[in-house]
Amino acid sequence: MTPAPGTADRGTVADRATNGAGRPASTLLEVRDLVVTRANRRILAVDELTIRKGETLAIVGPNGAGKSTLLLALAGLLRPDRGSMVFEGAPVVPARDLAYRRRIGLVFPAPLLLSTSVFGNVAAGLRFRGVGAAETRDRVEHWLERLAIAHLRDRPASQLSSGEAQRTSLARALVLDPHLLLLDEPFVALDGTTRAQLLDDFERLRVEAPTTLVLVTHHLHEAARLGDRLAILLEGRIRQCDVTERVMTSPVDADVAAIVQTEARVRGHIVATEDGLVVVDTGAGSGRDVEERARRLLDATRASGRAAPDDDTGAAGGA
Amino acid sequence: MSSDLVEITLLSLAVSGAATLISLLIGLPIGTWLALSRFRSRHLVLSVVNTGMALPPVVAGLFIALLLWRSGILGGLGLMYTPGAMVIAEVVIAVPVVTGLTVAGLGQLDPQLHLQLQGLGASRRQTVWWLWREARLPLLAAVMAAFGSVISEVGAAMMVGGNIAHETRVLTTSIVLETGRGEFGNAIVLGLVLLALAFIINGILTWAQQRGPRR
Repeated sequence: MTPAPGTADRGTVADRATNGAGRPASTLLEVRDLVVTRANRRILAVDELTIRKGETLAIVGPNGAGKSTLLLALAGLLRPDRGSMVFEGAPVVPARDLAYRRRIGLVFPAPLLLSTSVFGNVAAGLRFRGVGAAETRDRVEHWLERLAIAHLRDRPASQLSSGEAQRTSLARALVLDPHLLLLDEPFVALDGTTRAQLLDDFERLRVEAPTTLVLVTHHLHEAARLGDRLAILLEGRIRQCDVTERVMTSPVDADVAAIVQTEARVRGHIVATEDGLVVVDTGAGSGRDVEERARRLLDATRASGRAAPDDDTGAAGGA
Repeated sequence: MSSDLVEITLLSLAVSGAATLISLLIGLPIGTWLALSRFRSRHLVLSVVNTGMALPPVVAGLFIALLLWRSGILGGLGLMYTPGAMVIAEVVIAVPVVTGLTVAGLGQLDPQLHLQLQGLGASRRQTVWWLWREARLPLLAAVMAAFGSVISEVGAAMMVGGNIAHETRVLTTSIVLETGRGEFGNAIVLGLVLLALAFIINGILTWAQQRGPRR
């Protein structure tokens, strides 16, 4: 862990030069010393953030942590007070870099569709780029197919259900074949069933057509499922950024631990606790000898020297 | 009377049409800029615009008359008592209407929509075009309001046009004249023509506003 110069923050960025699969990966976007102030309040202060080609980085944090602001900054849509971004080796000019914006895709929590047909919406970005009519039609129809909305091709956007609208919104970004796809809570406005379905489809798409992805969410579950790496954003700062499992098992401080554990409690029920360690039964196992296994787990974890939450020496692997 | 009526009607249409068009060219960009930007004195500017929407036409007429009067700043142009002077006065009346309703219309859109358009790779020009397209209902309402306010306006038209026969006589000023003379029959005919014109123009704009897919 090497904190950026000039920061006393512990555990600011804890990434190593590996992606989720443990291979070295080349850098796609490099952000340094990004500061955004609004109404005299510092809402974002990211010392260092690296996005690697082909990875999915999930950014998790509570409401008001600055997640959406960070995503807008990454999209080159707002002017930060200071900071630099380097994309594919070239610097990005904030808020006025059309060439950069045309290499990324951006999806908001609300679909924000234009008042035209589904086809017209998905074609919009290609038309902005001056792509010819025949190629536009082919590419749009391909993605309508992939997102299972081909039958809605000519329907006005106003007549779509929320799930269909968000599929259209995703198709509208994916059709651009972006080098970097930025998703801001893309499933948040959907009901449970629709959300699960779209999440399934999206996961499949990600395997079929790999792209570099930054996903902002306040659902740890979504982040853990889709993210190769996980960044925890709190009060505008990235408190930990590492391979997902490592963040989940070895939070660098008490705040990160609170985020990771709050979600863990929700997903199962606690079978044992001891001195800040919690064992949760997720219901995925056989269900036999739960308490016995919980005790063994606690013993093993203590033996492996798992760091207490307030210990800032970091953690010694939680595998 | 009938050839005069045609002439008066056409001049009314020409002056109001030109004034509406010019006020769109001025008010639409200003309104768009006001709607999309955030700066310190924005509220003050908006208040000025909204006050302008309620500007009494005779006051606008007075300002323009002072400017165009032979001894006025623009007196040298010799525009006083010409259709040109009337167009200028009507533009002064209509610009705040177009500007204010443009701000209101674009203000109704989702504030993130322009970020979404830019996120899709729209240039500045493409972004503004699509925002206008999304706000086309209120924007066409702005056009209707502007046209309605200038074609029905009589105070400024009288002051800077002078109601000169065959030169600056329009429907509203001749209604005033005919009524003053006690020629109520003529005044009623002129009034009906004015109403019919307003109905036709607004009918066309309403049709344009309501067609196509709606949100």
